[in-house]
Amino acid sequence: MKITADSPPVLSVLDRPNSYIGRAVPRPNLQRLTQGRGQYISDVTLPRMAHVAYLRSPHAHARIVSIATEAAKKAPGVVAVVTGTELAKVMTPWVGVLTHLKGIKSAPQYPIAVDRACWQGEAVCAVVARTRAQAEDACELIDIVYEELPAVTNPETALDPATPVIHASLGDNLCFERKLDVGEVDKAFANSDAVVEATFVTGRHTGVCTEPRAVVADWNEGEQRMTVYHATQAPHMMQNLFAKHLDLSESQVRVLTKDVGGSFGIKVHTYADEMATVALSKLLKRPVKFVADRIESFVTDIHARDHRIKGKIGVTRDGVITAFEIDDLTGIGPYSVYPRTSGIEANQVVNLTGGPYNCPNYRAQARVVFQNKNVMCQYRAVGHPIAVAVTEGLVELAAAKIGMDPLEIRRRNLFPDDGYPAQTASGLKLEQLSHHEALAHLDTMINYAALRAEQKALRDKGIYRGIGFASFIEVTNPSAAFYGVGGAKITSQDGATVKLDAQGAITIHSGVTEQGQGAEAVLAQCVASSFGVSMDRVRVVTGDTDNTPYGGGTWASRAAGIGGEAAWQAGKALRGNVLAVAGAMLQAKPEELDIRNGVVVDKTTGAERLGLDELARVAYFRPDTLPPGFQAELMVTRHYVPRGWPFAFTNGIQASYLEVDTDTGFVKLLRHWCVEDCGTIINPQLVNEQIRGGVVQGIGAALFEQCLYDERGQMLNGNMADYLVPMAVEMPDIDCGHVVSPTADSELGAKGAGEAGTAGAPACIMNAINDALRPLGAQPLTDMPFTPGKILRALGKV
Amino acid sequence: MSMDIDITLTVNGERVTERVEARKTLVDFVRDDLGLTGSHVGCEHGVCGACTMRVDGVIVRGCLMLAAQCDGATVETIEGLSDSGEVADLQAAFEQRNALQCGYCTPGMLTAAQELLQQAQARNAVPSRDEIREHISGNYCRCTGYHAIVDAVESVAKARAGAKS
Repeated sequence: MKITADSPPVLSVLDRPNSYIGRAVPRPNLQRLTQGRGQYISDVTLPRMAHVAYLRSPHAHARIVSIATEAAKKAPGVVAVVTGTELAKVMTPWVGVLTHLKGIKSAPQYPIAVDRACWQGEAVCAVVARTRAQAEDACELIDIVYEELPAVTNPETALDPATPVIHASLGDNLCFERKLDVGEVDKAFANSDAVVEATFVTGRHTGVCTEPRAVVADWNEGEQRMTVYHATQAPHMMQNLFAKHLDLSESQVRVLTKDVGGSFGIKVHTYADEMATVALSKLLKRPVKFVADRIESFVTDIHARDHRIKGKIGVTRDGVITAFEIDDLTGIGPYSVYPRTSGIEANQVVNLTGGPYNCPNYRAQARVVFQNKNVMCQYRAVGHPIAVAVTEGLVELAAAKIGMDPLEIRRRNLFPDDGYPAQTASGLKLEQLSHHEALAHLDTMINYAALRAEQKALRDKGIYRGIGFASFIEVTNPSAAFYGVGGAKITSQDGATVKLDAQGAITIHSGVTEQGQGAEAVLAQCVASSFGVSMDRVRVVTGDTDNTPYGGGTWASRAAGIGGEAAWQAGKALRGNVLAVAGAMLQAKPEELDIRNGVVVDKTTGAERLGLDELARVAYFRPDTLPPGFQAELMVTRHYVPRGWPFAFTNGIQASYLEVDTDTGFVKLLRHWCVEDCGTIINPQLVNEQIRGGVVQGIGAALFEQCLYDERGQMLNGNMADYLVPMAVEMPDIDCGHVVSPTADSELGAKGAGEAGTAGAPACIMNAINDALRPLGAQPLTDMPFTPGKILRALGKV
Repeated sequence: MSMDIDITLTVNGERVTERVEARKTLVDFVRDDLGLTGSHVGCEHGVCGACTMRVDGVIVRGCLMLAAQCDGATVETIEGLSDSGEVADLQAAFEQRNALQCGYCTPGMLTAAQELLQQAQARNAVPSRDEIREHISGNYCRCTGYHAIVDAVESVAKARAGAKS
């Protein structure tokens, strides 16, 4: 079933009177943000609060011979100067491994480097002072003697016997390896009419959240309790980790998120400097604040996507894909990041490559190696942009080789819409996807035939425009299969508590978190609909481990599908409880009543029977008037976890129309389209804005963004003047379309929508550039980002 | 190490006299000394635009100007623009169009957009989408992909032009 733009889908079980499901209602929490009255962690100040600055290693790999702190300790405003060795007495180290990633290994990582720094930017000493400026002043007075060690920076040689081993205890520089061989790959290639090989490089890049990472830790010695104001996506996960490594019980730790200035997966990991800040608060018995500056962000926020993938595809002359083969190599820095590990991204590349296509023959190898650069870990659409670039790049190269239209080759190979459930060659279980309907919708939306005609006409005038596509699948609504089975204390279930207050309004407390995606709006829509009140009667509380049900937070596109379902069910349960009270008050059968627009009504006639304000007044203040033995329960909690499927896969297809200036190598993006299927659409505006923002993040990867390192492990462009991000003037308008295939795993049927844009955009841009340059005989571009220099080299002009 | 300087200025219509370190940036001053946390710190080197505010009627980067330079100046931050109602229509359009997600760039984005709208009004014009994109290209937003922001600014430009004519 198609819907276009912001029109609501037709729904069944969800289509209650005054339902907000499928409506583009504005988010209820926006006014404080437009007025500058949000409260981000960087805005938080507490009595006695001190600020920490970290002195960071200038070397990619160095032994710390000595640290002289005397002068710094005497500097104005300084509270304490603390080394890694000293802080190791307060907080235990961690190792980022999961048991379901067989063989993954890493070394213990400390909050502040002990004896050895393993990447440029690793904190080696902390200065706590009354102001951040004073702390930074004092950092300059610390004298550290380093003995520089050889830096391992090239993943290609990381496993060579001649390359130094970064962590001697591990024996080699291999973090994780996975191999897969399904079907008859060699036979399939031998029987192909064409085999295409290409090496793809996805540039190492990072999240560049507008608000840098921030934490304020407040150890109260009197309460023996740690309160952490933390810009995080996963407060309960962090509660567990702070407690574990400070040897506290979880009940001694409270994590609050406040407003979070962007996350995109950057703020869902354990960062040594944040852990150190929490440990410093414990040590100093006072609040300590750390806010990363932009330079620190570039060298310590997780990086991602640094992969080199050799890919191979076989096709018959009538366009049937016979086999895929990939060899992925990725360098992840000196440590596997805790607790999600740095093996997941490569694992996802193996899982997802070839994912949209009904091709039984697949061989993959992925190697994850250590190196002396900043750590890599999960960033928006983990692994998807890489797998999609390889898959879709190969598919379009194969189409070109056999002279077939790129949409036609997809039609001949995408899993058929009526063939579900299905399973990919890598073993992913697919409940219900809609590749063909999405493709057909896109074909119409972009007016493909006319676009090709325009492209051809302009080529004759020396204007080179390209049309590129990318089909994709996206992992959403993860079950315990993602992390829980591997031993990480990262919950896949989530909860919602819904309360009727004494004036008949609703408060929701949810375990998912808000970083701008609109999770709070979605929760309010779900409860307003399933309970039966207008949105303005619903208030949402998230991001506080003391006051929300235990939950996983917001990542892997789980907030709407999992948190939304829990909220939907909680709203329904509260409606039942409220109707029981109403039945008692009205001497009616609860099943003959309903709640609509905040009023208890007769279910069949809709006649108003009782206002919620009156019901709440009686239940809270005159319960003595209710029947003997009757107890009103006006607060209920419901939890939800996907059980039917390990993941709720979504699917979609993107298209890019762009123009390449063959003299300068500049790419002008003219238009971008995305048709996707995230199941039930709770709020079409929010879905579309997730798609649009995600697409632009993917465009950044394709055209601009790369963390550049030299051979000594020095990051060369760690600032926003040299590391380019997408700005408004280079970006196109983005049109969104939808197909709706609800998951049957939940009543709501919603899947995630947060990462589809990012998953498909880089491949789409790549294919469009190659489409534009193909008539000029350019070598296919497969090395992201596609800078003007690379394009001119492909054209043989430089 | 650091010299202190006395400054007197008008911030959001209030007269303020403070002693500041010579090295203190304007955005640190309004945030830390005046508690006006609506202006955000994103890059501290003049690229991201999160600290965009108005000094003597012109938008500046709060991280590229020193507080000491603002002696005698009139400074307006998002708090002032909000309380006066000057950007109320723009704020409402951003909220309706979901032209913000995390909201961290939003005060700077609104302040930059308001300048364009005022310039356009002065010449009785409605800026094109390309002109809007050009004008806000010093303001980094990681969340929205900009499309919704351009929609919101464009709708206000049209509404203000319509209201005027």
